[in-house]
Amino acid sequence: MSATLESPTIQKAATRDAYGEALLELGGKNDSVIVLDADLSGSTRTKAFSKAYPERFFNMGVAEANMAGTAAGLAASGMTVFMSSFAMFAAGKAWEQVRQTICVPNLNVKICATHAGLTVGEDGKSHQMLEDLTLMRVLPNMTVIVPADGTEAKKVIEAASTHKGPMYVRLSRAKTPIVFDDDYKFVIGKGNILREGNDIALVACGVQVPAVLEAAKILEGQGVQARVINMATIKPLDGALLEQAAKECGAILTSEEHQVAGGLGSAVAEHLAQTTPVPMVLTGMQDEFGQSGTSDELLSHYKLDGASLAARALELLKRKA
Amino acid sequence: MALTRERKEAIEASANQIRIDVVNMVHAAACGHPGGPIGMADFMATLWTEHINISPANLNDPKRDRFVLGNGHTCAGYYSVLAQKGILPREELITFRKFGSRLQGHPHRSAVMGIDMSTGSLGTGLSTAQGMALAARIRGWDETRVYATSSDGESQEGQIWEAATSAAHYELGNLTVMVDFNNIQIDGVMRKVMNVRDLRKKYEAFGWHAVDVDGHDVVAIDQALCEAKSITDRPSALICKTLIGKGVSFMENQAGWHGVAPNDQEAQTALAELGA
Repeated sequence: MSATLESPTIQKAATRDAYGEALLELGGKNDSVIVLDADLSGSTRTKAFSKAYPERFFNMGVAEANMAGTAAGLAASGMTVFMSSFAMFAAGKAWEQVRQTICVPNLNVKICATHAGLTVGEDGKSHQMLEDLTLMRVLPNMTVIVPADGTEAKKVIEAASTHKGPMYVRLSRAKTPIVFDDDYKFVIGKGNILREGNDIALVACGVQVPAVLEAAKILEGQGVQARVINMATIKPLDGALLEQAAKECGAILTSEEHQVAGGLGSAVAEHLAQTTPVPMVLTGMQDEFGQSGTSDELLSHYKLDGASLAARALELLKRKA
Repeated sequence: MALTRERKEAIEASANQIRIDVVNMVHAAACGHPGGPIGMADFMATLWTEHINISPANLNDPKRDRFVLGNGHTCAGYYSVLAQKGILPREELITFRKFGSRLQGHPHRSAVMGIDMSTGSLGTGLSTAQGMALAARIRGWDETRVYATSSDGESQEGQIWEAATSAAHYELGNLTVMVDFNNIQIDGVMRKVMNVRDLRKKYEAFGWHAVDVDGHDVVAIDQALCEAKSITDRPSALICKTLIGKGVSFMENQAGWHGVAPNDQEAQTALAELGA
């Protein structure tokens, strides 16, 4: 078991806020850290760094492709570059530049993309990036991480600063429940069990971690003991932890505020299909775009809230051998 | 300072060697892009013979100059200058584009070969060169200069103009782009496919020091590169007016030689014209 709180507390934080704080600390420790933003430094929270270290911050304007290439050039000259924008633009608009100039030469650029997923809310489908994990996961050399809360986000950024090579970190705008306490240790490529249980495993990342914890509580009331796994690193995937869960629980539900095609669920299914196949349900966006609304309204509408996930888990249990 | 006769002859000899190497490499590979690098030979030779300080001795020196071949498909000429500099073994040139070769069909970043950036997707090179120029400034490497190449066809990419905007905004006097303007792209004559119009005026409007240069006059190119070094408050663009395939009579100004390898007879004729 990881050092976690029993259940999500009412204390909330946005992972983007934690990112901004971690970046500011990093700036003081390491003068190779350079930050680029594309006219969203207030929203992505890189602004604090820009004020503290103006000589190491470059606002690239509304031009994400150029930002990605510039990040690559800085990294090619020995810098550790954090580049931020909304996930839609950092991963979507600049995808080919990320591929050709960051991943092909395997450079030290950390793409920290905020406002990812459905929970960006009212801005609607143009800004709800639901395909970034897919786009980033398919790139060789790329590491892909989705912190579950502010505590984990801070630790992810610390780990990113010493990691060599390209990394994509998916961050949220929404304030979400704090899951981890300060003793939590994040390791790239390692998932962690937040709750023990052997009837079914619920595997989630990002804001869906508190949702599956809630689902596990509901299931407990019905006599089902669910194992909850936080799979913050989508790539490289913690295959051993998944195989163990498949063997011991016999059924796996995944959850993400992202298209199920190509995202966490696909990554888990790809691994288990080749090693330890068990009945699975992939929850997330089912090949559709989002819409405007509050994040709670949207998560509930697309059946990504705790109650809906518990219901899906009970259906899945009927398929268990 | 004007070039001495000896220096001018050295550049011309290097340019001729680029042309010979390109014919041999593309012929041996039986595929690739001969026209562009043959047309760029004079300005590449001027840059690499007289200006850029990249050599086997300083490959690991972070303060050395940087080079990004934005129009990466013209890399046969780049590999030739690396061989001429003694960075690549000359005998390796013939492995160009072949399985297992370090000399990939488009350049791949390599510390040991002094290749600073992977290119091949048009539009991306100038942004990466800008990142290197920013890094030099942050580190206080005042002598470091970053050179990139580009082309008229590549100037159709929007990202070039994003980079042109930001490089001027950040007043990157240590950045110079040499644009191969030969009015030819894969689908034919650039002015008919998609006219990019007057690139000198466009770069000027974006805040750059920009000049038109005869891309086959090594004295003029050398002078323009010297002038670019003296301008420290903005980046420089040299719009090098060239003929694709210049120096090989049957390739000159022919769009068909953008991406086709010469056969045995054509290679022989080309090498004879080049005095190989």
